[in-house]
Amino acid sequence: MKITADIALQHGLSAEEYERIESTLGRAPTLEELGVFSVMWSEHCSYKSSRIHLRGLPTTGPRVLQGPGENAGAIDVGDGLAVVFKIESHNHPSFVEPFQGAATGVGGILRDIFTMGARPIANLNSLRFGAIDHPRTGFLVRGVVGGIGHYGNCIGVPTVGGEVSFDPGYDHNILVNAFTLGVVKADRIFRARATGVGNPVMYVGSRTGRDGIHGASLLASAEFDAESESKRPTVQVGDPFTEKLLLEACLELMSPELSHHLVAIQDMGAAGLTSSSTEMAARGGTGLDLDLSLVPLRESGVTPYEILLSESQERMLLVVHQGSEDAVRAIFSKWDLEAAVIGKVTDTKRLRCTFDGKLVVDLPIEPLTDDAPAYDRPAAEPHASDDGKLNFKDLPEPTDYNQTLLRLMESPNLCSREWVYRQYDTYVGGGTIVRPGSDAAVVRLPGTEKAIAMTVDCNSRLCLVDPYVGTVSAVAEAARNLAASGAEPIGVTNCLNFGSPEKPEVMWQFQQAVAGLRDACLAFGTPVISGNVSFYNETEGRSIPPTPVIGMVGLLEDASQHVTQWFKSEGDAVVLLGRNREELGSSEYLAVVHHQVRGGVPWIDLEIERRLIRAVVASAREGLLRSAHDVAEGGLAVALAECCITSETIAPLGARIELEGGFRPDALLFGESHARMIVSVRRRHLTRLREIARREDVPISVIGEVRGKVLEIGDLVGVDVATLRECWRSALTKALAGSAAA
Amino acid sequence: MRWGVITFPGSNDDAQTAFVLERLLGESVVRLWHKDESVDGLDCVVLPGGFSYGDYLRCGAVARLSPIMRAVEAFAQGGGMVLGICNGFQILCEAGLLPGALIRNRELGFSCRRVHVRVEEADTLFTNRCRRGDVLDIPIKHGEGCYIADDATLRSLEAGRQIVLRYTDAEGRVTPEANPNGSLGAIAGIRNARGNVFGLMPHPEHACEWLVGGEDGRKIFLSIIAARGGSAETPAVPTSSKVLSGP
Repeated sequence: MKITADIALQHGLSAEEYERIESTLGRAPTLEELGVFSVMWSEHCSYKSSRIHLRGLPTTGPRVLQGPGENAGAIDVGDGLAVVFKIESHNHPSFVEPFQGAATGVGGILRDIFTMGARPIANLNSLRFGAIDHPRTGFLVRGVVGGIGHYGNCIGVPTVGGEVSFDPGYDHNILVNAFTLGVVKADRIFRARATGVGNPVMYVGSRTGRDGIHGASLLASAEFDAESESKRPTVQVGDPFTEKLLLEACLELMSPELSHHLVAIQDMGAAGLTSSSTEMAARGGTGLDLDLSLVPLRESGVTPYEILLSESQERMLLVVHQGSEDAVRAIFSKWDLEAAVIGKVTDTKRLRCTFDGKLVVDLPIEPLTDDAPAYDRPAAEPHASDDGKLNFKDLPEPTDYNQTLLRLMESPNLCSREWVYRQYDTYVGGGTIVRPGSDAAVVRLPGTEKAIAMTVDCNSRLCLVDPYVGTVSAVAEAARNLAASGAEPIGVTNCLNFGSPEKPEVMWQFQQAVAGLRDACLAFGTPVISGNVSFYNETEGRSIPPTPVIGMVGLLEDASQHVTQWFKSEGDAVVLLGRNREELGSSEYLAVVHHQVRGGVPWIDLEIERRLIRAVVASAREGLLRSAHDVAEGGLAVALAECCITSETIAPLGARIELEGGFRPDALLFGESHARMIVSVRRRHLTRLREIARREDVPISVIGEVRGKVLEIGDLVGVDVATLRECWRSALTKALAGSAAA
Repeated sequence: MRWGVITFPGSNDDAQTAFVLERLLGESVVRLWHKDESVDGLDCVVLPGGFSYGDYLRCGAVARLSPIMRAVEAFAQGGGMVLGICNGFQILCEAGLLPGALIRNRELGFSCRRVHVRVEEADTLFTNRCRRGDVLDIPIKHGEGCYIADDATLRSLEAGRQIVLRYTDAEGRVTPEANPNGSLGAIAGIRNARGNVFGLMPHPEHACEWLVGGEDGRKIFLSIIAARGGSAETPAVPTSSKVLSGP
């Protein structure tokens, strides 16, 4: 077949990019070479539209053992241990085939973690669906949640937290972002650098089939249209059982007794064998010779082109020492897995692939990786999506605040997620201290007194109105969620979900979000150690709201000092840390009750956030806090209601609350001002809490007491907590039962 | 006493079970591999939770054919104590070591939650540290935990006092809401007629520490230790130990 620019276009490459390939090679590429270029230069693999912008992110710090650039980042947590974590998107596959798309998203991020030698101990996920009453939403929710549960439960890694939200902006492009954290000895982190000329390259795990071909290029790096359904064959099919075997076999190989056999290891994820081999060679400054005829295949007749581009799951590429081949084969054979030598490391700095003795790929490594195209695409501020200032006078005040509160508690974005997380094994592994349903998940650090807290957060409504402030707010909320669990924030991963980078307004949103991420992470001292950019989240020209999902990890020096969000016992004082402001902009209340998204975003000040976090973490460390809960979507009233009713084991508790007003009651109850936390403490600890608040310069007010079975807020609200709980707890099940099955 | 914990490919709670026995209860544990052919010298063999061989066929249907299961069957026939938790319970039913079967949950989905189970029989090798009527708070996490049996089997289970645990509410009442998977008679755990083989869907190994899931699950393991004549009063490793080692 003669390769032309037209064929390159079908591969998702531009005419300019094809010219660049020809001039780099001094000839037309072979079909196999074109395939290699098309995936390596895809947005998904090359980050060509985002690379130059991501360079400004803070990625270093005293705890950072591995920043971006490897399969995942690693942070030192003391006691000779490190945590390895990352979040990654699997948006388009999950929209096309929700169960397998979400399942393989989990499988992919798990491999990124255990490739580093870390045993995964926690999964989280961030999910965004269209409007709950959209005809396709129920089908997608059931499929995605089922797929995540299937993979995580079967492989035996607990799914301990996450977020789920519904917004019409995702009707035609849902988001499925999967996060995994693993633990490894700090001096035993494995990296993916192919070194040692002559060392054998081994292929381990599942056989290669024809699934997922062009997943990275044509599915992940292009927008959706009416034909997207036909892309279903580009979605991979997951087998968590095989991945469980692969996980155990790889960790066995990386154990102190056996790891001397191993030089480098990388999973075959997006762009399969192509990206794993070229990236390993690029990091090692070497080349690779591969004989594609030696790759274990699921069926006969698979072409070299397909072998290079297949995204079949549960596969790993290893470089081992010469003479170690049999020892490595023995480990994988114990787990009933295949291991085959398919090539060797060279000093050519080229990827050379043969098939049946014929050379089909002979490419220099650098143009595929470090010298791949990088674009500084034009950016332009879009017309304000916020249709004007909010005029309180135009907004009728609710006449019945009890009804308003109940309506918010059952809104799809605020109601209980029990229907979701009940489908996830949250216990397996034996380390889960705080299960889903509190501000952050808390899992103990094996072999120590410590624990790790984790959260994933983004309020895309804020990001749509102002992507810079929205991203800063997402980082701040994540930090507050960790602090509310008693943990000090130590590191960040991120998944930046946006529309087409070829649109100047999307590029502007992206740049604003990256700037917000940078500023907020600098302020909190939380380096960005890994991440993922997902562009082209749009269908027929409509982009999703900008959605920079923040995954943040925190450390508790003493696991027993963890804090949960719900009230513990009657008589405790309820305390507000932070200051209420008269704001309603972009709130859930405005959206649910007044059907408006407007009024700007709530004011945020990073120095004030930092002080609040310091005060809360210090109080937790002194054992003062019986509960702590961040005030976020739904405002103060919803946060108080959640404190009353969200425990799985403590029967709902009421509270008597008095708020200093001076401004509109709906703004007081439902405004979403930042830098606020509700904590409950024993009365005798109030003095000490005040001292800490004064030291950190955090406003503090005792606003009430835990008592009885009714949540009373001044003379505005008086709702029986059993009613609140029932309404909150059953809402999602009811809403999904009402949605169509497919 | 000497425990054996089997690892099938796809077992997920093997490490946690061994952790509880060794680190929290100070017991001696031998890790068994599915290709092993002997369980000689052990006092109790545990079949842990997980998805043996992926459970792509009926749960436990492949695991029952593994080499280790021939040894477990002989061990049970000789009176050895066998404990099957979740997938282990499913395997024991498939192997014919326990009657009945476990099918998909009533709601057809995976369910992970804390449940309450009432001790129906305290005079057993597995529950002698409980009193009859005690309510234990132990989590479940399964998709196929709905226990079924034909009428004759159910009658003989009742007559033989083989039903050891039932799902109840916190007050010990059997109610439809408290039955998490639709099990016949709210059955959560049964023993064989001889009394030396016990299978249950809840996970006692995930309820052995206050920090992570409570301590009610200890009673099952301590009962087995007591049945073997070990000291079940005070665990060999202090439970207040602050060093929290995970598996």
